[in-house]
Amino acid sequence: MDKDINITVKVWRQKGPKEKGRFETYKLDNVSQGSSFLEMLDILNEKLISEGKVPVAFDHDCREGICGMCSLYINGHPHGPDSAVTTCQLHMRKFKDGETITVEPWRSAGFPVIRDLMVDRYAYDKIIQAGGFVSVNTGGIPDANSTPIPKKNADLAMDAAACIGCGACAAACKNGSAMLFVSAKVSQLALLPQGKVEAARRAKAMIAKMDELGFGNCTNTRACEAECPKEVSISNIARLNREFISAKLQD
Amino acid sequence: MWLLNSSIGKKLIMSISGLFLILFLLFHLTMNVAAVFSEEAYNVICSFLGSNWYAVAGTGVLAAGFLIHIGYSILLTLENRKARGNDRYAVNARPKNVEWASQNMFVLGLIVVCFIVLHFSQFWYHMMFAELIGHHEVELGGQAIGTTDGAAFIKYYFSNIVVVILYLVWYVALWFHLTHGFWSALQTIGWNNTIWLNRWKIIANIFATVIALGFAFVTIFFYLKSLC
Repeated sequence: MDKDINITVKVWRQKGPKEKGRFETYKLDNVSQGSSFLEMLDILNEKLISEGKVPVAFDHDCREGICGMCSLYINGHPHGPDSAVTTCQLHMRKFKDGETITVEPWRSAGFPVIRDLMVDRYAYDKIIQAGGFVSVNTGGIPDANSTPIPKKNADLAMDAAACIGCGACAAACKNGSAMLFVSAKVSQLALLPQGKVEAARRAKAMIAKMDELGFGNCTNTRACEAECPKEVSISNIARLNREFISAKLQD
Repeated sequence: MWLLNSSIGKKLIMSISGLFLILFLLFHLTMNVAAVFSEEAYNVICSFLGSNWYAVAGTGVLAAGFLIHIGYSILLTLENRKARGNDRYAVNARPKNVEWASQNMFVLGLIVVCFIVLHFSQFWYHMMFAELIGHHEVELGGQAIGTTDGAAFIKYYFSNIVVVILYLVWYVALWFHLTHGFWSALQTIGWNNTIWLNRWKIIANIFATVIALGFAFVTIFFYLKSLC
C-alpha cells in the first residue's frame, strides 16, 4: 500500500554552465508514494517558492515516457532505480521512508549543465542532423506486400526506433560514449529498405560528428543498455561497428 | 586515416592487437604445458626460440603488439576521462549485467604489465637477452645455467613460494582481463548480435579459465615437484 513518506533530497544546484555547482539538502515531509518523482520535485519547488527561494530547474515535458526530455541521475542511476522507465514514469513508491535521495544532472563533456539539473543535449540533435534521416521523400505508405521485409528485421528496426534520445546512455557510460544512441539511430534505418541506400554514408557522418562533439570511446561495459529506459540492446552497437568498418573498407 | 582518427578505428586497433596477444597466450601456454610432460622437449623449444633471427623477429612483432595495445589503452582511457567531464557523480551504482572487469580493464591491464616486467627480468633477460649480448651461460642461484636451459629456470623460480603466489595473482588479473577482453574485441569488430552476445561471453569465460588454469597448473606442478 502507498503511504506518505518523509524524505531528504540532495539536489545538485548550479547557477550556470560556467559556475561551480554544489549539493543542497532539502527535507520533504508527507510525500505520497503514489506521486511521481517529478511531482515530488514540483512539491519541492512549491515549497522553495513559498520560502522565497529559487526553485530547482529540471527538464520535463510529456510525462508519459516518450518525449525523452526528462533526465536526472537518481541514486547512481540515470532515470532512477526502476528499470526500463524514464524519470517521469518513476514513482515515489520505489523509495523508503527516511531515505536520502541524491539527484544529479547527466554528467558528460558532451552534455554541459545549463542550470541545476538541466543539461544541454543539443549534441544529440547535431548527430541526427549529420545523417540520421532519409534524404528523399519515400512517398506515402506502400502496399504491405509490395516490399517484403523479414519479420526479424522489422522487429529489430522497431526496437532500435524505440530510442527517445534522452541521453541516459552517455550519462551512464563511464567513458561518456554516445554509441548506444548513435547505433540505435543508424540501425533503425539501416535495417529497412528506405534507409539502407544511405547506410554507409550515414554511419560515417554520424560517427564523425559524434567524435567531433567529444563523446568518449565505447569499451562495451553494457552500462548503457542496463540503464536505457527503452532497453535498446548493445547488439545495435555491433551493427554500427559493422556498418562503419565495412563502409570505410569500401572507400 | 579513419583507423587512427575515428573512435571505432582506434577501438579496432585495440581489438585486433588484443586478439593477437590472445593468440600469443595460447602459444605460450602450449609451450609451458610441454615442460610438464618433458623438460627436454621444453628445452628444445627454448633453444629453437633462443636468439635465432626468426625468434628475434617474432619477439619484435610481439613487442609491437604489446606496445600498440598498451599505447592505445592509455590514449583511449585519457580521451574517455575527458569525455566524462570535470564533475564526477557523487553516487555511483554498477547496474546488473555490468561486469566488474569491464569497468576496470585499464587497472587490470596495468597489473598484467607489471607482472610482465617481473617475468621478463626473471626469464627473458637471462635467456634471449643474455644470448643477444653474447653470453651462453648465466649465474642463477649460485649455479651456471645455459641460456637455453628453460626447464632449469622454471624449476629454480617456481621452487620459491613467493614467486609462485605472485604468478598466481598475475593469472587471476589476466583471467578478469580476458573474460571481458575476448568478447569485447569481437563486439568491436562487429561480429555480434543478440544471440551471439551470450555465446561469446560464455566462450570468453571458458577461454579465460583454460588459459589461467593452464598457466596455474604448470606453475603449481613445478612448485610441488620442487618439494619432492
